Amino acid sequence: MSKTLPAVDVAIIGGGWTGSVIGKELAAAKQRVVVLERGEPRWPSPDFQAPTVHDELKYVRRHALHQNTATETCTFRNNTQQKALPMRRWQFAYPATHLGGAGSHWSGAYYRFDPTDFKMRSHYSDRYGAKIFDEDLSTQDWPLSYDELEPYFDRFDYLIGASGYAGNLKGKLQPGGNPFEPWRSRPYPNPPMKVPYAPALFGEAAAKLGYHPYVQPSALVTRPYINSEGLPMSACVYCGFCSNFGCEHFAKASPQVCVLPVAMKLPDFELRTGTHVLRVELTPDGKHARGVTYVDAAGEEVFQPADIVILSAFSINNVRLLLLSKIGKPYDPDTSTGVVGRNYTHQTTSGVNLFFEESFNINPFMGAGAVAVTMDDFSADNFDHGPHGFVGGGYLQIQVVSGAPISYHPTPRGTPGWGSEWKQAVRRYYNHSASITITGSAMPTRGSYLSLDPTYKDAWGQPLLRITYDLPDNDIRMSAFLTARGDEIGKAMRGVTLTEPGPRKRPFTATSYQSTHLTGGAAIGADPATSVVNRAGQCWDVPNVFVTGASLFPQNSGYNPTGTVGATAYWIAERILKDYLAAPGKLVQT
Amino acid sequence: MDATPPTSRRALLKALAVGVPAALGAAARATAQPASVTAATPSPGTTPAISAGAAPATTSTVAAPRTRVLGFFNTAEAVCMDAIASRLIPDDELGPGAKEAGVTFFLDQQLSGGWGTGDHFYRHGPFEPGTLEQGYQLSFTPAQMFRLGLEKLNESSHTANGKSFAELPSSEQDVMLKRMQAGELDFGPLPSAIFFQALLDGTMEGFFSDPIYGGNNGMAGWTLVGFPGAYASYANDIDRHGVAWTRPPVSIADAHAHGAAGETHR
Repeated sequence: MSKTLPAVDVAIIGGGWTGSVIGKELAAAKQRVVVLERGEPRWPSPDFQAPTVHDELKYVRRHALHQNTATETCTFRNNTQQKALPMRRWQFAYPATHLGGAGSHWSGAYYRFDPTDFKMRSHYSDRYGAKIFDEDLSTQDWPLSYDELEPYFDRFDYLIGASGYAGNLKGKLQPGGNPFEPWRSRPYPNPPMKVPYAPALFGEAAAKLGYHPYVQPSALVTRPYINSEGLPMSACVYCGFCSNFGCEHFAKASPQVCVLPVAMKLPDFELRTGTHVLRVELTPDGKHARGVTYVDAAGEEVFQPADIVILSAFSINNVRLLLLSKIGKPYDPDTSTGVVGRNYTHQTTSGVNLFFEESFNINPFMGAGAVAVTMDDFSADNFDHGPHGFVGGGYLQIQVVSGAPISYHPTPRGTPGWGSEWKQAVRRYYNHSASITITGSAMPTRGSYLSLDPTYKDAWGQPLLRITYDLPDNDIRMSAFLTARGDEIGKAMRGVTLTEPGPRKRPFTATSYQSTHLTGGAAIGADPATSVVNRAGQCWDVPNVFVTGASLFPQNSGYNPTGTVGATAYWIAERILKDYLAAPGKLVQT
Repeated sequence: MDATPPTSRRALLKALAVGVPAALGAAARATAQPASVTAATPSPGTTPAISAGAAPATTSTVAAPRTRVLGFFNTAEAVCMDAIASRLIPDDELGPGAKEAGVTFFLDQQLSGGWGTGDHFYRHGPFEPGTLEQGYQLSFTPAQMFRLGLEKLNESSHTANGKSFAELPSSEQDVMLKRMQAGELDFGPLPSAIFFQALLDGTMEGFFSDPIYGGNNGMAGWTLVGFPGAYASYANDIDRHGVAWTRPPVSIADAHAHGAAGETHR
């Protein structure tokens, strides 16, 4: 028997970036908001303080901030001919749990999507002809343009205290910045990060080859900063414990540093942790949400009535909630009909390992999640795709995330994996190695999608999410092209004695980490036949349910998602406040 | 271990080279200190060598080492694990190996704790082998895998050589480990290659994780590669390019919290 609570105006599922930002916006406008976070409350002080936070075993290997696969995981297969089997432990990505979500343990690499990313199908078709798209790709346009979103990108920049050189202020190129950067209305609120050795060597070689390296923008503040909510942040100290860790210094932007302290002072805002949402409850006709049912920390089922429900869980968990709640028609790969689960993508990453002369001390432990020199010459449509026959692109960089040695102890290929010879090699190369990383776009295909698993269940007896995914030929060609460019740069770098390019190969494997940039499955679009939500983030089928985050992306840009996730969160909050509350109902007619 | 007779216990401690005088093992090199003692700055030629347990009383006034008590492994398992660790990361001229760094104790703690029992491991059936891309699909928790795997390794060793794995000469141990890695040994329901990978992963974790977990004793792993450990700031160093870091590593146990020393942060 479930217990029924007093009704609220808005129930938000998930205490990460989007739930925190939207929750604060709505509560400030006197909406009674409850944010339901399945995990525990975790705050920079006392939970992430030094020295105990500097613990690779706990945070990287034992997944202290990651979703617990023992209670909830995904199943995986490459195609519908295979039987999906559970990911019994995380390897391919690190979905989060606990307050702040992935916004707590992210690296802080900070980007906006390129203007052409919002019109992938039409832009490439116009420039190269429709045949540039392989037949199996379901790439499609957003129903929103970069120009429309720019004010919301800007708001998020000043919430998180982004650091970087502006490359393009209101259409005017700026010295020092990324010349390929889309226009921005204001400079970054903080100056760029310091440049470690390996990224500097990368930048030197890239510039020599005629490319345009720049210091990567970051969500780690570079000086004391008071953000747009009046909250203080402190300068990053480059401790090298960002990715998979919480930040002890209030330097890395996270919901609990940048917005939740303000939200929690609002009388209409409530954060409720330890609440695992099972589903959105609909009226009998399935056209209106009544609220959500969750299991509380004591295991009791609770019904929380709400006028508006906002899905702000991790991207693929949002899609699972839609499927479990029977909101929207599930995608069917046989007929290419249905929408929920459609256009799921990961991120097509690759790299080039570099080994240096012993006189080059790289000091890989002096780092930060987002400290890098990057080049966008092969991102988006910044280069002529005509001769190459693929769509999309990616950036090349050297980013010094962490030298923590359980995960990072590179040796050249062919080195034995153990024994005295391994020991000699790991000692020789630990401080004399680096990697060029290539973060590429990922195109959706008709055969890759999310659905509910018919066999495996979570700790509450609900079906796990099933991921059916493989890399499209388009992305394989892209990865080969970009990785070869990376290898050329690596060979041109001072001190490099050996390069090892590693372009992405098929089949996609769930056994190696690629990124936590899982996108799609609840695509935003202009056509209900190919999207789950309209341009306001509102479900076509259940208009008092909104979806946020990277689950909206119709395909994955080469750029990291959080900037665009933050901008769309502000956009959706404003659509709810200005449009939906004024006239509850469908905001876009079909 | 509770029921272990005193004589066996001494034999075990001797085999593990723990809690006994420095005459054993790498004594020639040793000024060893247990990880619980504040890390001193190592000077050339005095790489901490953990296998020796205590430093000789004549050269050190540090507290005597605590005897570490096993919580998961039985005697035979611990001896076998020590032998494996010695081959995966040997004690050699570059410094202590995995055994000396306490990897057996590290694994013992991990296997007797939440990770060993599968606190983050999805363990519901049906279990099917699947494709390589689908990853680990066995039902064994880490604890179950180590228990069965070490038993099967010793069985294989007895069958082939009439001796336990730990009793083999190191060259023959390497041959067995290579066969295990290649999946050529029959461990029944546990593919030997999967067990080998678990051994290697666990050894790397124990060699390179913070010493608070019982491995990386004396920060042997960090010293080998030059990782500084739990330092909190490189703000003044990160753009001083190419300068070698020469300060000794710092464990969480010894690092200062920010703010006043001794301040509690939990």
